[in-house]
Amino acid sequence: MRALKSLLTGAALVAGLAGAAQAEDKTKVGFIFVGPVGDGGWTYEHNQGRLAVEEAFGDKVETIYQESVPEGADAERAITQMALAGANLIFTTSFGYMDPTINVAAKFPNVKFEHATGYKTAPNVSNYSARFYEGRAVQGHIAGKMTKSNTIGYIASFPIPEVIRGINSAYIHAKKVNPDVQFKIIWAYTWFDPTKEADAAKALIEQGADVILQHTDSTAPQAAAKEAGNVITFGQASDMSEYAPFPRVSSIIDDWGPYYVDRTKAVMDGTWESVATWHGIGDGMVGIGEISDAVPADVKAEAEALRDALGDGSYHAFTGPLNKQDGSAWLAEGESADDGTLAGMNFYVEGIDSEIPSN
Amino acid sequence: MDLSQINPILLLASLMVAATPILLAAIGEAVVEKAGVLNLGVEGMMITGAVVGFAITVNTDAPVLGFVCAAIAGAALSMLFGILTQYLLSNQVATGLGLTLFGLGVSSLIGKPYEGMKVTTLSKFEVPLLSDIPVIGPILFKHDPMVYVSILIIAATWYVLTHTRAGLILRGVGENHDAAHALGYKVIRVRLMAIAFGGACAGLGGAYISLVRVPQWVDGMTAGAGWIALAIVVFASWRPWRVLLGAYLFGGITVLQLNLQAAGVPVPVEVLASSPYIITILVLVAISMKGSHGAPGALGKIFHATH
Repeated sequence: MRALKSLLTGAALVAGLAGAAQAEDKTKVGFIFVGPVGDGGWTYEHNQGRLAVEEAFGDKVETIYQESVPEGADAERAITQMALAGANLIFTTSFGYMDPTINVAAKFPNVKFEHATGYKTAPNVSNYSARFYEGRAVQGHIAGKMTKSNTIGYIASFPIPEVIRGINSAYIHAKKVNPDVQFKIIWAYTWFDPTKEADAAKALIEQGADVILQHTDSTAPQAAAKEAGNVITFGQASDMSEYAPFPRVSSIIDDWGPYYVDRTKAVMDGTWESVATWHGIGDGMVGIGEISDAVPADVKAEAEALRDALGDGSYHAFTGPLNKQDGSAWLAEGESADDGTLAGMNFYVEGIDSEIPSN
Repeated sequence: MDLSQINPILLLASLMVAATPILLAAIGEAVVEKAGVLNLGVEGMMITGAVVGFAITVNTDAPVLGFVCAAIAGAALSMLFGILTQYLLSNQVATGLGLTLFGLGVSSLIGKPYEGMKVTTLSKFEVPLLSDIPVIGPILFKHDPMVYVSILIIAATWYVLTHTRAGLILRGVGENHDAAHALGYKVIRVRLMAIAFGGACAGLGGAYISLVRVPQWVDGMTAGAGWIALAIVVFASWRPWRVLLGAYLFGGITVLQLNLQAAGVPVPVEVLASSPYIITILVLVAISMKGSHGAPGALGKIFHATH
């Protein structure tokens, strides 16, 4: 009886150790999300990237995530918990996670970190972003061509370079095709708050905007535009195709999947290095959602040509002559903006009648 | 800057719509707190109401039924809190926070199939004759029915609390539950009814967001409205008409600052964006400095008597 008991105990121990070893073989990949995975925009697309990792590696990976993590001290706690939970690689997917990511990375030198849309790196921290401003250029072109009131509303989130780049790019390309266009900008000071986003859209519409662009993450502005009936919108971060063909006439789609798969593979095979990645239309990280039939055929053709030129590098969204808002020269004829200036952009281009809030 | 682009009539009408979800949630919580119970689960009940109301409306094409079911869902969730705090004597603060987390989680689960779906919204109800009055008509009398329902709830709550025996008993239970118990009143029963009312109102407030104000289902869409409602209750010193004032003030400043931004007023954007919260905090500080801010005497205290 005692021998049987010992045998069973031994078998259980072996099985347990085997299970633990198998679990240890798995690469654990963590994701920190700023909104809910069902936001229909930014976080939804990052979660699609997470699912792409699961699909690519199957049983070899385990993914974990935490959604709706506020930027700031809470983020540091959440990232720390994820590292303590045994994550080998952690993607922190919002600008405001930059310093928390750097701080936590210093305490966990064996864990690899990837921070989205920031500019800081460390030996175990990479950063990555997409050239969303290329998509904004296409949106600006369509908006400038389609507005009847010459008033374009822009719902901005926070005054960070990524958002300011988007406003400038959209404005430049709207102004290029419609010199009478003006931008009305509302800073929502949130990435995700459907009621505030809807209220912002309504305020802009009530003040004459017949095109709404957004750099916030929910589909609420689309719903507000649909209710208004004569306002066009663009999907942000995700296709938001449930509002196509009208009011949503096109979109910027963030495709994080290939990058997430690539970086996970690098951790798995030991080739991961700290890098800064900034991809755009050409690399497939920024997609332009289908331009609907609500857009006139000639405008659609022009927008697609602009998309292709941005994609193959024959055209840069920030090409001179361009002045800063205060009238000082920025880019000469034919000159393109360098990545350093774009990465830290903290000024509007000439013609935008608004002020950038201090962060 | 072009202030002429701000239409004051549209602005004031928008104010009423923006304030309604907070107003509904806050009046419900005011009654709960008047009965001596602190339920921090307002956000959880609101978002549960939002998803249930949306789901029912999508499936039945009947927004009124959606609102009714949202109220039932909010009340049902509040009963979970009620049983835990009134019968099992759990800590009210911890249980309320747990209820919020539970509500956020369960709404996410229920709402998954409804993301991106269209919904039949409440149509506007133009009050005959009154809606034709210049200026006042469009501001006050061209809203969806829930705007009027919310004001009726405020009026009814004020009347019940101040002019009826039931209201007197509820306030007595909230001020001193031991004395109320000694007089033979069923403290727990009174509190459970108040908690259910609070849950129903929170559910209605949530459904208003998903069925009228946005109108769609998005995970996490209440985005802190329940916490604002809790602040409004204190802001209002637990008085129904002040709840109305507080909610309309907060909603009004929120809508106004967005309009002022769009009009390009030369006020720093960060000041405008934070103004609803700053003003709420300043009023709360002013109330606290006055000393007697009217908090029910037994608020948050556990009732230990045997039954």
